Amino acid sequence: MSVNPTDALADLVAGRFPDAHGRFGPFGGRYVPETLIPTLERLSAGVREHLHAPSFQQEFAGELASWVGRPTALTFAARLSAEWGAEIWLKREDLAHTGAHKINNALGQALLARRLGARRIVAETGAGQHGVASAAACARLGLPCTVYMGSIDMERQAPNVGRMRLLGATVVPVTSGDRTLRAAIDEALRDWVSDPLGTYYLLGSAVGPHPYPYLVRELQAVIGREARSQFQQAAGRLPDAVMACVGGGSNAIGMFHAFVPDPDVEIIGVEAGGRGSALGGNAATLSFGRPGVLHGSYSMLLQNEDGQIQETHSVSAGLDYPGVGPEHALLARIGRVRYESAGDEEALESVRALCQYEGILPALESAHALAGAKRWARSHPGGTLVVCLSGRGDKDMPTLQQTLLAQTV
Amino acid sequence: MNAHERIGAAIGAANERGEPALVAYLTAGFPQRERFQADLRRLAAAADVIEIGVPFTDPMADGVTIQRSSRIALEQGVSLRWILEELEAMDPPLETPLVLMSYLNPLLAFGLEPLARAAESAAVAGLIVPDLPFDEGDALHEALAGRGLALVQMVTPVTPEERLERICARSQGFLYAVTATGTTGRTVSVPAEVTGYLDRVRRHARVPVCAGFGIRGREQLERLRGHVDGVIIGSALVEVLERGGDPAEWLRTLRGRAGV
Repeated sequence: MSVNPTDALADLVAGRFPDAHGRFGPFGGRYVPETLIPTLERLSAGVREHLHAPSFQQEFAGELASWVGRPTALTFAARLSAEWGAEIWLKREDLAHTGAHKINNALGQALLARRLGARRIVAETGAGQHGVASAAACARLGLPCTVYMGSIDMERQAPNVGRMRLLGATVVPVTSGDRTLRAAIDEALRDWVSDPLGTYYLLGSAVGPHPYPYLVRELQAVIGREARSQFQQAAGRLPDAVMACVGGGSNAIGMFHAFVPDPDVEIIGVEAGGRGSALGGNAATLSFGRPGVLHGSYSMLLQNEDGQIQETHSVSAGLDYPGVGPEHALLARIGRVRYESAGDEEALESVRALCQYEGILPALESAHALAGAKRWARSHPGGTLVVCLSGRGDKDMPTLQQTLLAQTV
Repeated sequence: MNAHERIGAAIGAANERGEPALVAYLTAGFPQRERFQADLRRLAAAADVIEIGVPFTDPMADGVTIQRSSRIALEQGVSLRWILEELEAMDPPLETPLVLMSYLNPLLAFGLEPLARAAESAAVAGLIVPDLPFDEGDALHEALAGRGLALVQMVTPVTPEERLERICARSQGFLYAVTATGTTGRTVSVPAEVTGYLDRVRRHARVPVCAGFGIRGREQLERLRGHVDGVIIGSALVEVLERGGDPAEWLRTLRGRAGV
């Protein structure tokens, strides 16, 4: 389907997307079993009724301030800037409660679920950050929580499995499919379809059937809103560019949303380039994918010529996903956001750099954005760049032991 | 007779014999792709309609049994293109109407127009697409309708009355009435509210109503008698194949008499 970039951008900025059919231009929609349709209708009605209602916004803002610790800091990375040659600022989502941006969405949806009368919450998790955030938000609100997690991810993100259990969640290992995030979403959907009336599915990224991509964006948009006003306050103007890593794309859409209407701000998303461009060697959906349907929406997908979903690879569990949110697919199609990829090695090198120059251990996901930032800095000396540091890297210690730390011994 | 009308006729013929029609599911290429045509032919001798599963990497509406059979079929290189070629090559063609069950993405990758054309050549009568709800189905519906093929719609116990009416108005071939929320393959009892729901669906339906999801024994079949025009047997048949049994024979025992 052809899209007129100018019209689509105007529609996006004017808030006309998602449209009445849950679409961002050609992307999005609602491709789920019939059993879930009435549930999604109810969720859409609930979102319309509560999300922008003053009482909900007040409750959400109160919890973000007193429990999550917002606003998170905007840190000028002085030594890294000197090293890389551009002014690098970090939006510190790693400082949010539970250690990543995921808590913004988990808390918001848990509050919504409680208003909608949910009896239990199910969630999926890749890196474990959304699982931990969901477990924490459910504990805070007194809701039972079940988290599906691929068995491969449970190994590489072991610290987060223990955290979820301590926070009272039931963690269910997923041994079907690719045993990572994608299989975990399949399994969470199967659970939900079994009890669509009593169960609330707390989806962790800006993917899935309408209204999830919209709902997650609205709950994460606080990142970009804060970053934009913090930067203006500090510098008296807007940055030249903003950057975030993209798996499903929730921290990125949260960061980008406030900047999409600013024509002079360049926006860049960084996907997981893994081991390289070969099929199965990466998770760079917007670089190598084709349009298709997975997990409820029409978006870009890594798939083979028969329409079977491709296995992916990334050192970062949170980016290891063959799809991407439908709004990113549109932003890429109309060229408002440029998407590039950074490989495993570049990401690991950026972990080392941020530790060394700024005393911050970033999540492997966020390290991909930093790798993109380094490249941008090299080609824009003296420019100003805000990077979304989506999470902290403590959870990645098992992987870092086997990579960076194994090399230095 | 249009391709989609053959489905209704086959179900009607079973009903005239005084029994619900049996819609038998087979994952294409499971357990072995070399056996596909032979398995199909044997099953066709015992079933009224055959539902051929196109394997997909992410079958979100299916339970563990069909996930397993799909994975094994994919490992043997089964694809939609291969299935359609195999069906077209069947000589003589099967008289039992064939319905393809596929998730949407393999269909999109094939292309909807090419798919309708190839399905017609392969003597396929219709499609079931579990992740394509009624509201998103216009493009596929149009492509299929141009060649007289059915897009079989699904309804569930939680489908509201007004939506049920709209779905029924659109349905061709048969109406797939999901008996329980959840994925395929779990044993479902048939309480009064299920028969009540099926009666409600039948009042609106303009095509035969077949119940599916979790039907695996004679007892359930007896409870459904009079409330449906047919039943869909899926995971239970896959399990017969997994045990090395003969699905056609098993279907005959389900009917309660040999050699239908």
